Amino acid sequence: MNMHVAERRPAPMSPQESSRHETGQPVTRNPDAGHDLSIRIRDLSLWYGETQALDNLNIDIYQKNVTALIGPSGCGKSTFLRCLNRMNDLIPGVRLEGLVEMDGRDVNAAKMDEVALRRRVGMVFQKPNPFPKSIFENVAYAPRMHDLVSRKAEQEELVEHALREAGLWNEVKDKLHQPGTSLSGGQQQRLCIARAIAVQPDVILMDEPTSALDPISTATIEDLMDKLKQQFTIITVTHNMQQAARVADYTAFFHLGEIIEYNDTNTMFSNPHIKKTEDYITGRYG
Amino acid sequence: MSHSFDDISAQLKGRHRKSARLKWISMGSLGLAGLFLVLFFADMLSKGLPAFQQAQIQVEIDYNEDGQRMGRAALEPEVSRLVSRTFERLIPVRMRDNPELLGTIENRWVLADSEVDQYLKGHRHDLSESLQATVDALVEQGRAELKFNTTFFTNGDSKMAEAAGILAAALGTVMTMLVTLVIAFPIGVMTALYLEEFAPDNRLTQLIEININNLAAIPSILFGLLGLAIFINFFGVPRSSPLVGGMTLALMTLPVIIIATRTALRSVPDTIRHAAFGVGCSRWQVVRDHVLPLAMPGIMTGSIIGLAQAMGETAPLIIVGMVAFIPDVGVSFTNAATVLPAQIFTWAGQPERAFVEKTAGGILVLLAILIFLNASAVILRKKFERRW
Repeated sequence: MNMHVAERRPAPMSPQESSRHETGQPVTRNPDAGHDLSIRIRDLSLWYGETQALDNLNIDIYQKNVTALIGPSGCGKSTFLRCLNRMNDLIPGVRLEGLVEMDGRDVNAAKMDEVALRRRVGMVFQKPNPFPKSIFENVAYAPRMHDLVSRKAEQEELVEHALREAGLWNEVKDKLHQPGTSLSGGQQQRLCIARAIAVQPDVILMDEPTSALDPISTATIEDLMDKLKQQFTIITVTHNMQQAARVADYTAFFHLGEIIEYNDTNTMFSNPHIKKTEDYITGRYG
Repeated sequence: MSHSFDDISAQLKGRHRKSARLKWISMGSLGLAGLFLVLFFADMLSKGLPAFQQAQIQVEIDYNEDGQRMGRAALEPEVSRLVSRTFERLIPVRMRDNPELLGTIENRWVLADSEVDQYLKGHRHDLSESLQATVDALVEQGRAELKFNTTFFTNGDSKMAEAAGILAAALGTVMTMLVTLVIAFPIGVMTALYLEEFAPDNRLTQLIEININNLAAIPSILFGLLGLAIFINFFGVPRSSPLVGGMTLALMTLPVIIIATRTALRSVPDTIRHAAFGVGCSRWQVVRDHVLPLAMPGIMTGSIIGLAQAMGETAPLIIVGMVAFIPDVGVSFTNAATVLPAQIFTWAGQPERAFVEKTAGGILVLLAILIFLNASAVILRKKFERRW
């Protein structure tokens, strides 16, 4: 397998470069996927005040795949996820260095409008958080705000489409005007997914989307992710290694703010290159 | 070494006694507060309820030549001293406005003098023996009785207790509160929005925050001095007007509204903000479409309670001259006006016995309005309260 390997510095990767940085540990192996690039991350470091949370990350995210981020608590995988749609901007005292590039543009550049970015990079949160509005409004709000739809008929069509995509239409079609919060947890999370896909983003970030759900709802969401990757690039954070093995095409293993290993999921779980990865996925720690 | 249940129980006895004692003390203090409240209401009701009744006398008005100059000449001599002088003064005015009245005779119920009123209510009075006999005779004939006091609700203040009413003060209160609301609500809510949703957390905003909290604790009379110095002396806002009173009270209400609004905004969970940011809302859209609607019930309750507080305020209004004698009922933001608590204050200083019940009556009206406002705040909160 031909591997793209990242040096710690300088950023650009090439197959000729060594796979080891100063400490002798491989940092990132970007699998040669034959897929189109969605987001390119180079030398990304992030600090909360004085505490460094991300240390020199280099990773390529591929289009129309599910990429899972795994690792023990506090390893920086959620922080990394929030870099991709600049949700970290909302946290005071965050400092960021390095490149997050999408469509050839640096998303952290001064010229980049974070609203435009979030329109293309949607997000689903750990705890289902529908707006305290009707099911219809939950889905129709954002497209209307972004001027994707205006007339009532267009809105209805789009709401139905998004809810069908999220596999929720049959359950809610008769109660579109009831509050979104009246649904069960799993339904609420699918409503949040419908809300995210309603604006037709390129990328959907999912921050442990099933950690607050029961096993049946979890299975539903996992099936949904499998279906949605035909249209969207999905990046999901998960605590659950089995879930990563089930749904992800690529998996990145985070530890203490670094990406220890990044590879296609099969290789990662059957034949990890790094001892630390192996220890983690076999449950020796984490 | 283990302890038996008996050992432990013996040890627990003292603790149980202590908690029982504390329970009784707290129940006692609650009972005491309740008792004072009941006493206060009973006293106000017993003193104030008579104010809602007023003695009236049925008189025969003879619109003769003399009546055009002196109202008393139009009345029967034996009752003329029992009728309110406000009515006597009205007779020449009526005759001038309606010349066709001359030579006619009218039979009607008119306001009695406050001494007659007090005599009929069994309070202390200054009626002479002979006048008492006349009143008794009138009562026998059914020509004098206590009726519901509409005057109290339709008149402004008067030097004659029987004609003094609360309407001018009530309108003054409404207008003053309107000014307060229009100024304090938008400024307060926007300030809180900025501090809570937009401002960075730095030294300056912390300083502002501390000062707002301090502002809420400043004695209200100082706001009156501020109003006098800034609004009246510097900006030349008309003295005693609802405008200056409302502006002064707005200063006082502002910190209350800011603090209530910030609390309401803070109670909106961050997950809602994140959801909104996540779908690409700008900061203002997050606030307008998601945070503000959820915080509104809290903001409304806080503002109503702030307004109710301002409504009962007298001290700052004394300083800006709103303790005025306002006999005319009128609606103007720039003319001299008074407010309910100031009216009560004025009446409380009157020497006549008849004003005591006016004072208590005024307090009852003010209390009723305040209870209504606070109750609506509670109902609003209950009705729109949302759980996540």
